[in-house]
Amino acid sequence: MHFARVVGTVVCSTRVPAWTGQRTLLLQPTDPEGNAQGRWVVAVDLVSAAQGQRVFYVRGREAANALADPDNPADAAIVGIVDAVWAHAWTAPGDS
Amino acid sequence: MFLARVIGEVVATIKHGDLGGQKLLLVQPVTPEDAVTGKPSIAVDAADAGPGDLVLVADEGNMAAQVLQRSRGPIRTVVVGVVDQVEVGGAAG
Repeated sequence: MHFARVVGTVVCSTRVPAWTGQRTLLLQPTDPEGNAQGRWVVAVDLVSAAQGQRVFYVRGREAANALADPDNPADAAIVGIVDAVWAHAWTAPGDS
Repeated sequence: MFLARVIGEVVATIKHGDLGGQKLLLVQPVTPEDAVTGKPSIAVDAADAGPGDLVLVADEGNMAAQVLQRSRGPIRTVVVGVVDQVEVGGAAG
């Protein structure tokens, strides 16, 4: 699972039936500190995330499994809202 | 699977039901020499790992379901072992 921030909502009046009633949000992936990293992702929202919130999402087949009916084409799904990240002090030799 | 170093924990009150009661660890992929490689990700802890531990992480849904003894869900990244020792080319490292 990966960190992201909610940056918008994607509304489609026509879409696959498997996504009926499902919100799709626009995410900016981030690093653990919350800094933007990589390109935007559209993900189905399982946790009622709000604009600006830090979330984590799952990619791939497991994103579709997050919905009640796993027979859907989702490849990214928001599965949690980040309350806190506790980073432990550790620096790899190769990171200096 | 890949080697990673546990560099933190993630706290989330609101999360998918399948993640309920699971400890979420922040894992940084590393080489056997402990050098950072690739981006950190969030993994479910199935090995009782702790801060600073070198761990084995699986990133595949079917394996995650088996390790957590449940039907397939949205979990794919799981800490499945705490590494004691890695040997590269026959020399203990």
